Amino acid sequence: MKRYAFFLGCIAPLRYPGIEKSTREVFKALGVELVDLEGASCCPAPGVIKSFSKAAWLAAAARNLALAEKAGLDVMTICNGCYGSLFDAAHELREDEGLLREANEILAEIGLSYSGNTKVRHFADVLYRDVGIDKIKEAVKKPAAYEVAAFYGCHFLKPSLLKQLDDSENPRILDDLIEAVGASSALRKKKARTMCCGAGGGLRSQFGETAKKFTEANIEIMKGSGAEMIVDVCPFCHLQFDTSQSADGSGLPVLHLSQLYGLAMGMDAGSLGLSAHATPVKL
Amino acid sequence: MDETALFKEKLAANGGSSAAKCFQCGTCSLKCPSANMRTSLRPAHLMRASLLGLRDEAMDGDAMWQCTTCYTCVEWCPCNVQVVDVIAALRNIAVSEGNLYGNHKKVAESLIKSGHTVDNNDRIRALRKDLGLREDPDTVIGGGSPKADFDKVLKLTGFDKLVGQ
Repeated sequence: MKRYAFFLGCIAPLRYPGIEKSTREVFKALGVELVDLEGASCCPAPGVIKSFSKAAWLAAAARNLALAEKAGLDVMTICNGCYGSLFDAAHELREDEGLLREANEILAEIGLSYSGNTKVRHFADVLYRDVGIDKIKEAVKKPAAYEVAAFYGCHFLKPSLLKQLDDSENPRILDDLIEAVGASSALRKKKARTMCCGAGGGLRSQFGETAKKFTEANIEIMKGSGAEMIVDVCPFCHLQFDTSQSADGSGLPVLHLSQLYGLAMGMDAGSLGLSAHATPVKL
Repeated sequence: MDETALFKEKLAANGGSSAAKCFQCGTCSLKCPSANMRTSLRPAHLMRASLLGLRDEAMDGDAMWQCTTCYTCVEWCPCNVQVVDVIAALRNIAVSEGNLYGNHKKVAESLIKSGHTVDNNDRIRALRKDLGLREDPDTVIGGGSPKADFDKVLKLTGFDKLVGQ
């Protein structure tokens, strides 16, 4: 059985716990063991925290990576932000001996060390490469027959030179993953492209109106493609789309891929945590 | 050392040395979604100011803060300039000089307080309980020695002083 250290991050457990719940259920159904990474913290967030202090960002990320290394496990994240942050930190610590030495000087103060070998994985990549489309199809109990706008976000695939997962300009992983559980990729059929959700880099917190312009441009493209819901792979994109639309029923409902998978694999809608969603989700 | 050399050195120390590879084709500004939303950000301007060490030009206004870190610029850059890292270096310099926005400061304060960028609340605890999850996840948010360790790590990097705590 494959095992990963389950990295929760912030927005999933503390704003959309249904994402955490669905992830646990889905990976259990697929025979992948998720081991809780006790005592982990924020990744820390690439936007604001890395912008304030690269040193603090790297040290706190190194602590998270060291906790996983101590457990003998690679890390699996359910958030593009956590993935971007921990992947970058792991890369820098592996490539730069000086940075690794500095990180270890700090970690020694709390009885930890890091050798630089923890791999950081995005859950959608684990689904695609480790579990595989065939096994996912076998686990479907109730096909999720929706017209879906598959939203990749940014830090899942980019920078692609480092991530090496897919073509960032013309990706297919997420489209294939949603189609594996019976959904249809509205954007792929129309050859339509989305862009950044607008939340990252501290824009959502400080320049919310600008962030919303990004979001609205995306929603227009998605609605134009005939999509009836958005499926994301990042709780921060999820938060941005969910809270930036009208709550009057005209908005596109937003599901994290784990929630779509949970639904397709037999979870009832009541255990997806949809009451936390601002844009109503009718299934 | 003259001012431009000093600024270039400071940028490099903060991870922004790749600006030196920029040959000013402007592709980053053309592709940047923030620039396309008519914000003040034109990544190519920031790269030019950075590679020449023009401090006042690089640090002027809020341009560096209009980047969502989407990496579209990095994907398209023909010179492999790590544009997002250069912008992060500019931001690190700005913050070290005390120039930080109130809402960003709140996010940083939340990290110091709870170890997360957002805190838990009663509504979420109730929902977590309903879903069969622990009311507080077993992260640093639970306090105890993991939080004490986390606090120590942040303190050793001077993050608390930087944020003004």
